[in-house]
Amino acid sequence: MYKRIKDKIRSGKRLTRNDALKLFESDDIFFLGEQASFAAKEKNGQRAYFIKNRHINPTNICVNRCRFCAFSRSKGDEGAFELTSAEIIRKLSISSPDAGNGGRGKRKRKSSPGHPVSPFREVHIVGGLHPEWPFAYYREMISAIRRTFPELRIKAFTAVEIDYFSRIAGLSLEKTLLSLKESGLDLMPGGGAEIFDPVVRRKLCPEKISGKRWLEVMEMAHRVGIKTNATMLYGHIENYTHRVDHLLKLRELQDKTGGFQAFIPLSFHPRNTQIQGRYTLGIEDLKTIAVSRLMLDNFDHIKAYWIMLGEKISQLALVFGADDIDGTIVEEKITHAAGALTHEYLTVDQLVTIIRKAGKVPVERDAFYTSIKRYS
Amino acid sequence: MKEKKTKRRVTRKEALAMLKSKDLLELGARADSLRKNLHPEGTVTFVVDRNINYTNVCINKCGFCAFWRNADHPEAFLIDKDDLFMKIQETIDLGGTQILLQGGLHPDLRIDYYIDLLTGIKERFDITVHGFSPPEIRYISDTARRSVPETLKILKEAGLNSIPGGGAEILSDRVRRKMSPKKLSSSEWLDVMEQAHELGMRTTATMMFGSVEDPEDIVQHLDSIRTLQDKTGGFTAFIPWSFQPGNTALARNAREAGRVLESTVTAVEYLKILSVSRLYLDNVRNLQASWVTQGLKLAQVALRFGANDFGSTMIEENVVAAAGVAYRVSKEDIILAIKNANFSPAQRDTYYNIVTRH
Repeated sequence: MYKRIKDKIRSGKRLTRNDALKLFESDDIFFLGEQASFAAKEKNGQRAYFIKNRHINPTNICVNRCRFCAFSRSKGDEGAFELTSAEIIRKLSISSPDAGNGGRGKRKRKSSPGHPVSPFREVHIVGGLHPEWPFAYYREMISAIRRTFPELRIKAFTAVEIDYFSRIAGLSLEKTLLSLKESGLDLMPGGGAEIFDPVVRRKLCPEKISGKRWLEVMEMAHRVGIKTNATMLYGHIENYTHRVDHLLKLRELQDKTGGFQAFIPLSFHPRNTQIQGRYTLGIEDLKTIAVSRLMLDNFDHIKAYWIMLGEKISQLALVFGADDIDGTIVEEKITHAAGALTHEYLTVDQLVTIIRKAGKVPVERDAFYTSIKRYS
Repeated sequence: MKEKKTKRRVTRKEALAMLKSKDLLELGARADSLRKNLHPEGTVTFVVDRNINYTNVCINKCGFCAFWRNADHPEAFLIDKDDLFMKIQETIDLGGTQILLQGGLHPDLRIDYYIDLLTGIKERFDITVHGFSPPEIRYISDTARRSVPETLKILKEAGLNSIPGGGAEILSDRVRRKMSPKKLSSSEWLDVMEQAHELGMRTTATMMFGSVEDPEDIVQHLDSIRTLQDKTGGFTAFIPWSFQPGNTALARNAREAGRVLESTVTAVEYLKILSVSRLYLDNVRNLQASWVTQGLKLAQVALRFGANDFGSTMIEENVVAAAGVAYRVSKEDIILAIKNANFSPAQRDTYYNIVTRH
């Protein structure tokens, strides 16, 4: 059985649904690790990537109230917040939460004349579906960032948000996406995918767009030239079959468009949510990374998101098929609302150390996986 | 054991090469297969106990420790007997079988205090006392002007059952001079353990890595344990954990010198050292994963890198918490983590006999 799967992997043949199920059910984590490492090496050599990035959540007010989410609030709830574009710009000007107003933050990068420079390469923007903000508000937010920081790459809005924008604006998906692209949107994150299976999804997030719709939005984004990521939320009420089917749907779309950059498995966090559950365990996290690497043979990158996995398991994930551990992040609200056990911020030195001690070569990347600096 | 003897042992040179190796998975697979030979039934054990510190006053003041206080410090304490007995009763009520009783080297305490403590416990409770690591034994014997074997015999008669392996840190005097110059030497630590084994007491052995040691020092440590174990067979388990730099003098000094003490040991290093420990210590039956220092997720992964024991449920833990690490884990979390890794969880006693299967 394993030999057959191994032969397939070594000869570059595709794994089937059954193969993936076998791998998930397997207890041989060393086999999984070795095969996934082989596949990762074929794609990225010994490199493991990180990025100087910052997360921004413009609002937590959301008309969807997904049951696994501890971040969202209704308008008027305690803790509900809304950021202005000016506040977002300010957050993007300082390098770390402790850098303060005076810009003690390191600003090493060269600026184009007349523009302030953000200490980051990429901003990651996701937020709630605000009941009152018009589509223009989001477009202006993106243009303001683009105007202020022309070199900063803007990765913003999940498929769920894009679908919502198209509805509130009365525009087609294509027009919605093109309009954001014109405003300065560079990329889209992969959130909102959760688990595509309709039965699980109805229990998890009944108000959210369907898996089918999520894939349609992504397909359109890819068609208009916007690269995106993809995610999968695991460790709640789904089983291995749901995970495998989810991966297959992503692989299928990637065959068609080639527009996905990275796949990011997201481990469920139970605190303050309406799902009875527990934190995922280490072996489960590593297995999911490994099987994802092996199944998604048409994805260049598998990301071990340290905010959710923790620094320790993210580092190990680099030995189980991942080639990216995300970045500096700086401020993280979504997972922390659900009881994240991690910090919100890692320095470049910490990221480099984690990668190096995993026996990999740390590479600082830009938003499109172009190498900026290789740490030998 | 006879079969083991015919197999070629890992040499010091090989252990060093393993520690420097980049292939974590290969090491892990080897350690996992040795663990499977030693424990083919697939059980992973844990002990229900309480870590009770009778004092935090300590004359040794080790640089890696965030727990000690001077006697006149406002946070200095010496345990109140009623408190102690209440803590033990609670432990028993929670299904506990042992207390881990340890403390600082308090300048005012003499052997009578320890005897009184032990007899007081044993008069009231049927519980195993796993207590007084070698630095304490040595201190009690020095201040009583009695030999180590005599001291051990007196304490044993008063009710001491077993000795924890703390204070070993790294059994390399080069490292000890830097880390804990006032603490007993490597050979003194080993001597206390040897004497205890001679008296029929079982003990554990620990190793605290990730401070200022080199891989050579780790090999030296493992070799000292293996050599003594060949002679006495008295060690029940080996427990490697990583140095936690928060709030310690070592970390403060490093900060003042303008550098970060580069030692929160990463996951890959922890698993590597764990695997090498499993492979090198072929004569020590049990190897503990340390969730207290590594967190539950990584401790679970450690079960596939040589560990077969989850340590204690730690109803109370003060020393690591003083260094700012506070992973919170319940007995149910531990049982679930073991099951989720496809092992059968079982509560054990101090001597690794099964108490209850879960």
